[in-house]
Amino acid sequence: MVDSRASGGYRVFSLLDRDGPEPAPGQFYMLAAESHWEQRGGRPFLPRALSVADLSSPAARSSFVDDSPTNSERGGVQLDFLIEGVGPGTDRLCELEVGERVWLNGPLGNSFSMPRELSAGAAGAILVGGGIGIAPLAIWRKRLAAANVPARVLLGFRDERHSGGLDDLFACCEVALASDDGHVGHHGHVTDLLSAMLEGDDAKTAVVYACGPPQMLDAVAALCSSREVACELAMESPMACGYGACYGCAVPRGDGTYLRLCVDGPVVRA
Amino acid sequence: MTEFCGLDLKHPVVNASGTFDAIAARRVYGDALLDDFPFSAFVSKTITLEPRAGNAPQRIWETPAGMINSIGLPNRGLEGFVAEDLPRLAELPAPLIVSVMATGREDFGRMVSALDGREEVAAFELNVSCPNVHSGLIVGEQPAETLALLEALRPLTARPLIVKLTPNVADPAAVAVAAEEGGADAVSLINTVKASGGPVTGGLSGPAVRPIAIAQVKAVAAAVGLPIVGMGGVCSGADAAEMIAAGATLVAVGTESFRDPRAGSRIAAELSGILERTAYPQP
Repeated sequence: MVDSRASGGYRVFSLLDRDGPEPAPGQFYMLAAESHWEQRGGRPFLPRALSVADLSSPAARSSFVDDSPTNSERGGVQLDFLIEGVGPGTDRLCELEVGERVWLNGPLGNSFSMPRELSAGAAGAILVGGGIGIAPLAIWRKRLAAANVPARVLLGFRDERHSGGLDDLFACCEVALASDDGHVGHHGHVTDLLSAMLEGDDAKTAVVYACGPPQMLDAVAALCSSREVACELAMESPMACGYGACYGCAVPRGDGTYLRLCVDGPVVRA
Repeated sequence: MTEFCGLDLKHPVVNASGTFDAIAARRVYGDALLDDFPFSAFVSKTITLEPRAGNAPQRIWETPAGMINSIGLPNRGLEGFVAEDLPRLAELPAPLIVSVMATGREDFGRMVSALDGREEVAAFELNVSCPNVHSGLIVGEQPAETLALLEALRPLTARPLIVKLTPNVADPAAVAVAAEEGGADAVSLINTVKASGGPVTGGLSGPAVRPIAIAQVKAVAAAVGLPIVGMGGVCSGADAAEMIAAGATLVAVGTESFRDPRAGSRIAAELSGILERTAYPQP
């Protein structure tokens, strides 16, 4: 752990993965504090799946262990995660202190597809995030920008306490906001913003990427389906292992079978 | 080397059925998985005659020192297993033990007969935690049902038959005795412990169940002469040594692999160190 800071009601923490490969946007890691893993009454027992929100070279921000070799000599990749403490696993990760070691397995899962891979006529992307689900969209927005793909960002939050990450992860881009309680932006759902945006003439050339709570993803998928807009959803499901072993993260395919979100996702085409 | 039912294994640590998908793991970690394969024998996920989609989510629930699962045995069915999984499992650097389940002796027999001719299959594990459609009884909960199943299957194959025992009975040793009488080559225990938490009702696993497993392995070891595959919450070499001291020949690692994909290799190495330290030469 090289950095941890409050970001609204959430936290952003940074890990230095010395030998891991660079993750692709949408991929995730299984994470657990190495010490006191099962701190309180045997929990958290399992690691937690977190999507990467940003990555940088270790030199960019790290001041971790000043007497060690320089950051560039250390190598590796710095991974930023957005987290909200909602239970024993995420609470323990929120409490991580700089210098503490973290058990990490990843990068795991698949990643977002470029707009042209989803729709031949795609000219730009619309990113729709809800709550803590804004995390993978941050790294994806950066990647799209690097590829000169125009992206518009729509983010929604429940209330002020359950919001964050904007100044850290979306600092340098224009973001349209919505909130259920009206504390910021449009008073309502982020899908209202998407619906209005898809009314425009350019809807046919857009591709939608969404991550957020299940109800939001259902609404995004329905909107995109009715407008015939290609759409990828980054989903979440309770997960014990992250690498296809436990079969816990089943998500219905719609044909009576299930996909394993960890190895068949977390990004699925709507 | 560890001898088990005629198989020479590199070490005593195998996987518990349904807790490690070697095909998916190879897709994630590449051939590096084969260079340091965590288990000395590989036990397949349970296969059934027909394909199964598995249970509707939510399937897992974390508990203190463990988890409850209700996965529902998703699998491709016998035909799909033979066509798609068997060739890939044959590439693993470990003998293959195929776990099979059916709701009647006839279907169990069909599966064992179909796989008996495959040289990729080293042994069978019989998942008997299922109801017999004819009697409605869970086979593994009834010594008489277990005996009858073994008597039906024993003539069909010369390969080792390992009976996976359920812990959800008053006297698992009585079922083990019936398995031995029916011609089983080994027993494995424990399966998961009936439990409920949050939205999930299913089987509890992890360190929470280890004392139950140790007690049942001891009881079964005292009752039968068969080799035992001991499992239930093994997380370390010390846990594995305790299981062996209780009477197990092999130790299976299950839930710990969810937390650490390389748990099998780690536990085997730790166990080897413990056994070396405790194996004092005779004066």
